[in-house]
Amino acid sequence: MRKETWKELTIGTINLDAGNSVKNLTGTWRSGKKPQFIEEHCIQCFFCWLYCPHFAILVEDGEVKGINYDYCTGCGMCSVECPTKEKAIVMVEEEAELAEGSGK
Amino acid sequence: MAKLKDLASMEDRLVPGHGMCLGCGIPLIFKIILRATEDPIIIANATGCLEVCTTIFPRTSWNMTWMHSAFENAASTIAGVEAMYKALKMKGRIPQDKKIKFLGVGGDGATYDIGLQALSGTVERGHDIVYICYDNNAYANTGGQRSSATPLGASASTSPAGTQSPGKLQRRKDLTKILVAHNIPYVAQASPGRWKDLYNKAKKAFEIEGPAFLNVLCVCPTEWKYDESQGVRLLQTALDTCVWPLYEVENGKYKINYKPKEKKPVLEWLKPQGRFRHLFKEENTWVLEKFQKQVDEDWEELNKLALY
Amino acid sequence: MSALKTLNGNQSIAEAVRQIDPDVLAAYPITPSTAIVETIAKFKADGMITGEFVCPESEHSAMSVCIGAASAGGRVMTATASQGLALMWEMLYIAAGLRLPIVAAIVNRSMSAPINIHGDHSDTMGARDSGWIQIYSENCQEAYDNFIQAFRIAEHLDVRTPVLVGLDGFIISHSMEVIQVEDDDEVKKFVGEYMPLYPLLDTSNKMTVGPIDFTDYYFEHKRSQLEGIENSPPVIEAVGKEFGQKFGREYGFFEEYRMDDAELCIVVMSSAAGTCKDAIDELRSEGKKVGLLKPRVFRPFPHKKIAEALKEMKAVAVLDRCSSPGAFGAPLFTEIRSGLYDYAERPRIVNYVYGLGGRDIKVEHFKEVASKLEKIAETGTVEEIYSYINLRE
Repeated sequence: MRKETWKELTIGTINLDAGNSVKNLTGTWRSGKKPQFIEEHCIQCFFCWLYCPHFAILVEDGEVKGINYDYCTGCGMCSVECPTKEKAIVMVEEEAELAEGSGK
Repeated sequence: MAKLKDLASMEDRLVPGHGMCLGCGIPLIFKIILRATEDPIIIANATGCLEVCTTIFPRTSWNMTWMHSAFENAASTIAGVEAMYKALKMKGRIPQDKKIKFLGVGGDGATYDIGLQALSGTVERGHDIVYICYDNNAYANTGGQRSSATPLGASASTSPAGTQSPGKLQRRKDLTKILVAHNIPYVAQASPGRWKDLYNKAKKAFEIEGPAFLNVLCVCPTEWKYDESQGVRLLQTALDTCVWPLYEVENGKYKINYKPKEKKPVLEWLKPQGRFRHLFKEENTWVLEKFQKQVDEDWEELNKLALY
Repeated sequence: MSALKTLNGNQSIAEAVRQIDPDVLAAYPITPSTAIVETIAKFKADGMITGEFVCPESEHSAMSVCIGAASAGGRVMTATASQGLALMWEMLYIAAGLRLPIVAAIVNRSMSAPINIHGDHSDTMGARDSGWIQIYSENCQEAYDNFIQAFRIAEHLDVRTPVLVGLDGFIISHSMEVIQVEDDDEVKKFVGEYMPLYPLLDTSNKMTVGPIDFTDYYFEHKRSQLEGIENSPPVIEAVGKEFGQKFGREYGFFEEYRMDDAELCIVVMSSAAGTCKDAIDELRSEGKKVGLLKPRVFRPFPHKKIAEALKEMKAVAVLDRCSSPGAFGAPLFTEIRSGLYDYAERPRIVNYVYGLGGRDIKVEHFKEVASKLEKIAETGTVEEIYSYINLRE
C-alpha cells in the first residue's frame, strides 16, 4: 500500500476513513483450531455473536449463518458459550476442516 | 426489552479488523454499550488497549466519531466536547433537537489511577456524560503492570510474585464506591457476561441527565493467563464468587442486580488464572484466606447498603 | 464605543474575552492570572458572555477541556501561569499536534523551586518547543491588542495552531494603565466568525481524531504539524497591519526604538522594554547611540528580520528573563546569536539574565548594560558572554 507524503495527510492527525480496519483480516492470526458452524444444531440464540471479540459471526437477515474466517482468530469462546446440547459451533483442527472442504 | 437478534442487526459502530487479543473482553463490552442508544455517540478514549488496538493509522475500527488526546484525561476531554455542545446549542449554531451522547472511556489504569482526578472533577461539575471504565485489573496495554485495580495476590509485572513476595500486597481500590461518594445520578458495576444487565445499565446511563459512571469487569486472557476460550465462564465465576458484584446506585439508592444462589469460594475464581498460580503454594495460604475474607466482608457490606 | 479605560493587565485580557465571547472558556485559577478567571466567571454569572465557562479541577484538565471543546468545533480560550502552564505541558503538545486554534493568556511567572509568584519568562520559555505560537506584551494595551489578534492568527486556515499571549506577572497583570478599549462590535467584527475544520459535533462526518501512529506515519504527521507555524509569519504580519488600520496601533514581529542611527542595541521583551525605553531616552540625551529592539513574537522566531535589524550594530546585549540551565545562553540570546551566524560582519553579542522571580530591573541597570556595550564596541572584546543583572554576587 502506498503511504501518503506529509502534504497529503489531513490536518491535525485525523482519520476520515471511518471503519476502514475491516481491511485488516485478523483471521490471519488464527492457528491450530477454528470454529465450525453446524446449522442444524443452531437455535439462533446469538450467544456466539455476543461473545465474539473479533466480530466474526456472520449474521444475515436476522439469522446466524456461520463464521467469517477473515476475522475469526480462533479464540473458541463462541463454541464454549454455544448452549445447545449438541453444539452448533465446534472447534476443529484447521487442516482437518480444510480437508473436508466444508464450512462457510 | 432488547433481543440479541435485534442488536445483532444494528449497525456496528466498532467494526472488525481491530487488533485486540484473542479472547479479549473489551469488544464484548462495547458491542453492547454502543448499541444502548440510537443517538450518535462521541467517544473520548483514554490511552490504553482499546485506543491503541482500534486506531493504528491509517486504519481505524471506529465507524463513529471518536477522539483520543492523552492517558489521564478522557473525562476532561469529553467534558470539553460536551461543554462545546451546550455552548453551540445555546448560541443556536447547532439545532436544538440535535441529540448526541458523550462517552468517556478508559481502562483501569486510565481511570482508577492516572485519570482519577480528571474523572472526579468532571462528574463533580455535572457534565452530561457517561464514563465507562473497562477494568481488566492491570495496565494490559503495556505488558501487565499493576494498577490500583489489580487484586490482592495477583502477580503483575510491577508487583511480581517471587521468592520473597506473594504478588501484589494490597487489595483493590474500590473505585465504584469513590464514584458513589460523588453523589452523581447513576453509578453501576456491570459485566459483559450478563449482557442484559450491561445493556440496561448503559441505556440508563445514556438516558439520565448528568454524569453517569459504569465500572465494567473486563477479562484479559493475556494478563490473567487463562485459556482464552473460557472468558465468559470466568466472568460468571466472578459473579458467583461475589468477587465482582453487579449493583447499581441510582440517586443514592443501592440495588444488587445479581445474587448467586450459592456463593462459591474465591478459589474457583483464582484457580483458572495463571496470575494467581503462586498463591497455591503452602507459604501463601494466608493470602487466599485474606482474599476470601475481604470478598466476604465487601459482599456483606454491599448487602447492608442495599437494604436502605 | 471605543473608550479609554483604566484597567490592569488581567482586566485588559478579561475585557477582550468579554468582547470576543469565545464559545468555551476553561481555566483554573493560579496567581497571578487568577483575576482573569474570576472576571470571566463574573461575566458569565452576570450574563455578559454567552460561552460555556468550565472551571476544572486542574490546569491539566483545563487544557484537556479546551482540547475536547476545540475538537468539538468552536472557539476556545484559557488563561494560566507558571506551574499551571507546566501542569498543562503534556496537553500543550497535543493541542498543537491536533492543530487546534486555542488561545491562552499566560501571565508570565517564575517556576518553582523555590516557589515564587512573581514575573519571569521561565514558564513560557520552557514551552517554546511545544508547537504554540508565542506573542509577548509590553503593557496592558499590548496584552489587550495581542489577545484580540491571537484569535485571528490561530484560526487562520493556513495556520490552525494554538497561540499564547504572554504578559508579565504583577508588573503588567496587576498594574493599572489607561488603555484604549475598542468598540465591542468592532472587536467582534475584527475577530470574525469561527470556522471549524473537522468538528466532532458534526456526527454525520464520522472520524477518528488523535489516532496512534507507528514509525511509518509519526514523522509525516509531525512535519505536517510544523506547516501551521511555518505558514504563520505572513498571517501574523497581515493581522498586525490590519489591526493598525482598524484601531490605529500597528504590530509587527518586533518593535525598534531609536534604532535609526544606533550602534549599540539592547534586546529585551515584555514589560522591561518599557523601562528600557526610558533608559534609552536618557542615554540618547547624553549623546550615546543606543537603541532598543523589543521582540514581540518569539515563536515563530523572526531570525532573519532580527538579524537584518542588528547586523550593523557594533555590540548587542540580549536580556533574558529566564535561564536555560546548561545551555550556551538563555533562549532569546541563542536564537538571536544563531540568526546572526550567517553574516560575515556581525556585532559582538552578550547575554544578560535579569529579573528572575520578579527581581526589579531599573533604568540604571539598562544604563550599566549600555556602558558595558560601549566598552565592548571600543575594545572589540567580550569579557563575559553571559552574566546577571541585579544579582547579589
